[in-house]
Amino acid sequence: MRYIPLKEADRKAMLKAIGVASIEDLFSAIPSNVRKKFSIDLPKAMTEMELRRFFGTAAAKESAVPSSGWASYLGGGCYEHFIPAAVDALSMRGEFATAYTPYQPEVSQGTLQAIFEFQSMVANLFGMEVANASMYDGASALAEAVLMALRIKKGSKIVLSTGVHPDYRSVVRNYLSDSEVEILETSLGADGRTAFGSIPTDCAAVVVAQPNFLGLIEQIEPLAKAAHAAGAMLIVSTTEATAFGLLKGPGSLGADIVAGEGQAFGNFPSFGGPHVGLFAARNTDVRQMPGRIVGRALDSDGKNGYVLTLSTREQHIRREKATSNICTNHSLCALRASIHMALMGSSGIRALALRNATLTARLREGLSKMAGAELPYKGPVYNEFVLRVQGSAAKFLKAMEGEKILAGITLSKWEGFDDRSLLVSATETKMEADIDRYLSAARRCL
Amino acid sequence: MSGTFEIQRAYQSVPELAFEGEGDRSHANGFVPDGDATVSPIPADLCRDRIENFPDLSEIEVVRHYTRLSRLNFSIDEGFYPLGSCTMKYNPKVNDVVASMEGFAMIHPLAPEHFAQGALEVMFRLQQALVSITGLHSASLHPAAGAHGELVGVKMIRAYHRARGDDRRRVILIPDTAHGTNPASAALSGFSVKALASSEKGTVDPKIVAKEMNETVAGIMMTVPNTLGVFENDVLEIAGIVHKQGGLVYCDGANLNALVGKVDVGAMGVDVMHINLHKTFSTPHGGGGPGAGPVVVSEKLKDFLPVPIVRRNGDVYTLDSSLPKSVGRFRAFHGNFGMLVRALCYIYAFGQEHIAEISEGSVLKANYLKARLKDHFHLPYDVPTLHEVVFTDKFQQKVNHVTTLDIAKRLMDFGFHPPTIYFPLVVKGALMIEPTETESLAELDRFVAAMIQISEEATSDPEKVRSAPHNVGIRRLDETAAARNLVLTWNKTATSS
Repeated sequence: MRYIPLKEADRKAMLKAIGVASIEDLFSAIPSNVRKKFSIDLPKAMTEMELRRFFGTAAAKESAVPSSGWASYLGGGCYEHFIPAAVDALSMRGEFATAYTPYQPEVSQGTLQAIFEFQSMVANLFGMEVANASMYDGASALAEAVLMALRIKKGSKIVLSTGVHPDYRSVVRNYLSDSEVEILETSLGADGRTAFGSIPTDCAAVVVAQPNFLGLIEQIEPLAKAAHAAGAMLIVSTTEATAFGLLKGPGSLGADIVAGEGQAFGNFPSFGGPHVGLFAARNTDVRQMPGRIVGRALDSDGKNGYVLTLSTREQHIRREKATSNICTNHSLCALRASIHMALMGSSGIRALALRNATLTARLREGLSKMAGAELPYKGPVYNEFVLRVQGSAAKFLKAMEGEKILAGITLSKWEGFDDRSLLVSATETKMEADIDRYLSAARRCL
Repeated sequence: MSGTFEIQRAYQSVPELAFEGEGDRSHANGFVPDGDATVSPIPADLCRDRIENFPDLSEIEVVRHYTRLSRLNFSIDEGFYPLGSCTMKYNPKVNDVVASMEGFAMIHPLAPEHFAQGALEVMFRLQQALVSITGLHSASLHPAAGAHGELVGVKMIRAYHRARGDDRRRVILIPDTAHGTNPASAALSGFSVKALASSEKGTVDPKIVAKEMNETVAGIMMTVPNTLGVFENDVLEIAGIVHKQGGLVYCDGANLNALVGKVDVGAMGVDVMHINLHKTFSTPHGGGGPGAGPVVVSEKLKDFLPVPIVRRNGDVYTLDSSLPKSVGRFRAFHGNFGMLVRALCYIYAFGQEHIAEISEGSVLKANYLKARLKDHFHLPYDVPTLHEVVFTDKFQQKVNHVTTLDIAKRLMDFGFHPPTIYFPLVVKGALMIEPTETESLAELDRFVAAMIQISEEATSDPEKVRSAPHNVGIRRLDETAAARNLVLTWNKTATSS
């Protein structure tokens, strides 16, 4: 089999060195009542050519793709962005892709330095002091942020704004399902933004999303003040990291932890994963931060290098007393995000964010003037907004499919939303002509 | 000694990305059209002028930076990586090609299901394949990593007991050979951990399990084969003891590479297992991730699986989130699809005819290394082992205090990534070697020759080993000082302890 180098002569030589007659003998110590008795139900082995045909056929069933002339306006926590060719070319180098976790730093300086630079970029993107080497995704990163706040503040309550993505809130609840922590949710104001009533005492953290699930931009500074006045930390969640090309970093507005999704930089939608969790905090709280962290180090000749550090927080040292059970980070996804950010630079990311906001504003304004459609929320948005149609959102979306447009995501997918509303997101993958095409199609479909 | 050669790594230090970027726009043009807008539609008071302390580089500068960085890494593509319990096998390139196909890479997780039938079919088939390979009942591809799968698995155990109205079970039994993620995951689910001392054979002792098992114990977490590469021969008896008193059995699937096609995990009495696709099923480690940690369960736990699960109805595949007793979701969306499709591509390359060759090859090659090295390195347990073998530094320590760490660093000079060191914790100075089935005999012999030379150097030239590495372009890094003088980002220094 082509993945297993095993010439007949080599097999014999190895068996001879071991001192057994056959490979089967090496399994003889395993009790027979757990040996496999039935054949495994798999297709016949496929050659590489057959694999490409099989999977190519499956992939081709996804007909609503850009190369077939389809335009997608789907967001809801995962965003289509233009990924420069250099991101693939660099991140798919075997030296990055097939390397292991950099526990042996002397032979892993490439990964370690790339992560150090990633940490620097993430921290500065969010206006925070320090960031970790990444986590699985924005939702699990948020759950870990909540756990971190609970460790620091030792409170018994968490307040979640319902502006946080419903699936993220669900993940937080499930992570905390076996603890005594009380999770309170605040409803949004009529304008679709978070307005905390009173924050209970004994609250470890309040959590808001920026932009929020409805696409609206929150006022972080007053929310931070309210949280701090109540003795709680402010955690900011985000599903769209590119927004901070334009928006002020939450750290500069008082956020204590930023836990978000970095997929928008450098990572394809890929049917939901792998994406990449971004996690940033204050220097003073660094020992409570979950996940891997890279720091600068010196070798015995005084040469600069990098190592994984503060490992005593982690599971392989502290076991059940670890800050988290997390082992892997999403290193390669973080690398892709870094390369994308490095290619664009601060000015390029700003231009990118401006482009997102401008195109979305064009779409939103066009729709607001259309019969049969309305904008239930008027506040500023980044690249996503809520559209409410007269009939059913599902019908509208189906009709737009006839125009080769995936026009949005019906909000009734999640509990508590009506069936006339949908989320629409426009990114820099569109041009003005695409936006105008959406608008003229919508006129026909509404 | 023939067959050994030291490498000489041409090491070119790479300056850090310049974070003092000036916000010069000239480099940023050309990826996407800028459009005409100069004024942000978002009110100015919500906006920043620019991201402070961020690079602003041209494309060629970025390409060179990362290309140079890549050359500082060891990787499987370049050489042998015998990390025990990590299963650093070859990552087939066709898997990457398949994962990059437009219909997989571009499909949005919330696209209408009729536009995602190919991706859903891939997930359904992988669910089936993992169930078939393990002999268990159902699968969920939801967890993002092995440790994530462990968390989900332990949560399922807790949910199972809660559903039976049993709230007394607060303890999980975990052998002292277990990977740190086992107790960490148990603790995260609100359990306390009772560590079980391993027998003198390095395995879990059923008598000890019988002593500790009672109705306050939710279950046991085992790794089979264990982290010493030894099959837990008493697993069926242990499962019986646990089940008899109402507990469940968790199997850490990190060492599945030894069992694929040979052992029926379901027949071992396992109720839930996570599988590390980045280990057994060849998805690339990526410098630390992403992986994927699907869970497979016995019929007892099928209603508690995290959602969504992929179902098939005739020719149509759907995402089912309706399991009323599900533990729910632990990440956004459905799973690390990019890794799931790679794993299925790998499994289908083997097919029914060849799938057992994975464990046959890995067990053969690990035992070969054991046979060739056991006269040079101390074997703490004289028992049959499967796909990995643990040695210690006892012989090398005795003569000139050369340690496992020193041996590991010296191996780098021969072009090998070191094995896993100082794990499992029950073995002092552990050196855990797992070749996997994808190494040739020639590579194994080169490794053996290097190990033997290092063992001889421990006697004849110990300082050379103790001050290794010499040939990789950077010397041993001071991790202790790094933790004391924390510098974690370009522009900020964290407070030191």
